[in-house]
Amino acid sequence: MAEIQSYTMNFGPQHPAAHGVLRLVLELEGETIQKADPHVGLLHRATEKLAESKPFNQSIGYMDRLDYVSMMCNEHGYVLAIEKLLGVEVPERAQYIRVMFDEITRILNHLMWLGAHGLDIGAMTMFLYCFREREDLMDLYEAVSGTRMHATYYRPGGVYRDLPEAMPKYKESKFRSKKELDRMNEARDGSLLDFVEAFTDKFPGCVDEYETLLTDNRIWKQRTVNIGVVSPERAMQLGFSGPMLRGSGVEWDLRKKQPYEVYDRMDFDIPVGVNGDCYDRYLVRVEELRQSNRIIKQCVDWLRENPGPVMIDDSKISPPNRVEMKDDMESLIHHFKLFTEGYCVPAGESYAAIEHPKGEFGVYIVSDGANKPYRVKIRAPGFAHISAMAEMVEGHMLADVVAVIGTQDIVFGEVDR
Amino acid sequence: MSDRCETLARKIDERFGEQVRRVPSSCGELTYELDKDDLIEIATALRNEADFGFEMLMDVCGIDYLNYGGDEWTTNTATGSGFSRGVERKPVILDEADEFDPRRFAVVYHLLSLHHNFRLRLRIYTGSNNPPKVKSVVDIWNGANWFEREVFDLFGILFEGHPDLRRILTDYGFIGHPFRKDFPLIGNVEVSYDADEGRVVYKPVSIEPRILVPRVIRDDNRYSADLKDASDG
Repeated sequence: MAEIQSYTMNFGPQHPAAHGVLRLVLELEGETIQKADPHVGLLHRATEKLAESKPFNQSIGYMDRLDYVSMMCNEHGYVLAIEKLLGVEVPERAQYIRVMFDEITRILNHLMWLGAHGLDIGAMTMFLYCFREREDLMDLYEAVSGTRMHATYYRPGGVYRDLPEAMPKYKESKFRSKKELDRMNEARDGSLLDFVEAFTDKFPGCVDEYETLLTDNRIWKQRTVNIGVVSPERAMQLGFSGPMLRGSGVEWDLRKKQPYEVYDRMDFDIPVGVNGDCYDRYLVRVEELRQSNRIIKQCVDWLRENPGPVMIDDSKISPPNRVEMKDDMESLIHHFKLFTEGYCVPAGESYAAIEHPKGEFGVYIVSDGANKPYRVKIRAPGFAHISAMAEMVEGHMLADVVAVIGTQDIVFGEVDR
Repeated sequence: MSDRCETLARKIDERFGEQVRRVPSSCGELTYELDKDDLIEIATALRNEADFGFEMLMDVCGIDYLNYGGDEWTTNTATGSGFSRGVERKPVILDEADEFDPRRFAVVYHLLSLHHNFRLRLRIYTGSNNPPKVKSVVDIWNGANWFEREVFDLFGILFEGHPDLRRILTDYGFIGHPFRKDFPLIGNVEVSYDADEGRVVYKPVSIEPRILVPRVIRDDNRYSADLKDASDG
């Protein structure tokens, strides 16, 4: 009988389970993986180099496009690094708004992850459920920034504008009945905060629905339990962060350990896994959905009580308001200088890390005192995670590769930058 | 935070003495510069010794200091023809020089200690040889593997002892190191589909490089050292 040799197979870059443009070269023995060699960089856009050629503020939009399912968190890392260099303190209300939107973003990200991960390993309904809730959150993005995804809402010194007083409504259309329209607009009668609150009230119920479908599901457990096990020592050695690190049982969350903005005033818990397999990471992320919901609720309560400025009052950094510009020469000059030249940031370097939904998202900025950064380095959590992919899938079956890609929550916008 | 930072700084100064030089920071971060030959020894100590316990390497970053502190546009005096539009096509320089300025390329390591909740930044300069070369820390922190590949790809810095130093982000068969400051932002080649040949072909880039907002460094009194002292006192 002829001996069966191991063979090499190409997976991706265009494969529905490759989460974008991952190309994997797999060496297989039968269906067992001997060696995996991920090729990344197919989505490389040189964001860091582009940022070097633009004034600081003009790169905020690029940050949205890094991890394009958790847009505002990317912006947050970037503006924090600039604020650190400028040495400015952001108004309290802006800090609460940022925390609220960070958590909304976390839910957005985890829902996208849950839906896609479910779809990858056979749970189709999840995708539909998750996108239903994502739609509401996308509307929140649109209400504050005008765009559903690439918001450019956080600015050095605060956020672009205060939360709107009214939530946009669906318009009449011949495709939907009056009754249907009223149902869709039901939660949109009040302000944005009312809409957020209505969302936080119903969301735990939604998470229960997801859990009913998956947590005790036999097939789900067969596909995830004991797949891609990473020990805590190994996770640290490989530079893991976020749910990947916590799934392995390391209690580390920057929101608690190195709190930024107003996270130190928030009441929430950090879920930690035990076995470090795909199932534990699933449980960690689902619990994070609930915790994020708690944080959002606390922010809503505070934001209702405390109106105030959302941008620092420093015309050298933040643009003057439109009304002032009409009859104040000084404001007009500031406006002109800010939008033609930008502001100069004192020479130095700073590293700002935030607890991004995927892990530690760090932005390292070197400034030489100019109006453009000298060097921007983005520390993307996904980059460290996918570099460990080869190790995680070794010895598993081909079908488990998909489960491991899913559990790492890979988005190529941030891996390739 | 800053107290704990100082405690760590004192410990590092005591332990490594002359081997490390602290870089002043305005935003309360701890940065040390060290000799590239001492890297492995110091990195190993930082990870293994209980006082430091930096079990995680968060990031490895290359920096090209070629035109640090330079302007693109002199704004003090206008020329007879007014200001330039910033459109200039300089010939492409592929770095063939035998020697670099010893402080041109640097590699920066961001360390994190989960146990003590510290962060630390180390910087080494690669020295004057071309290609620049430093020792790899993959054996100390396995997570450095891809980060070092990235620095090699984008800056052309070689890591001695790295198990698999291949390009990672750029195209297969790419020439040059795109994040060096003398590499043009628009690149050197563009691709298009050639119907006659029936394949994708590479051609020299056809667009003009253009600076939309010039880089300027302004003297900002708010950040000047003498004024800060005066307002504090």
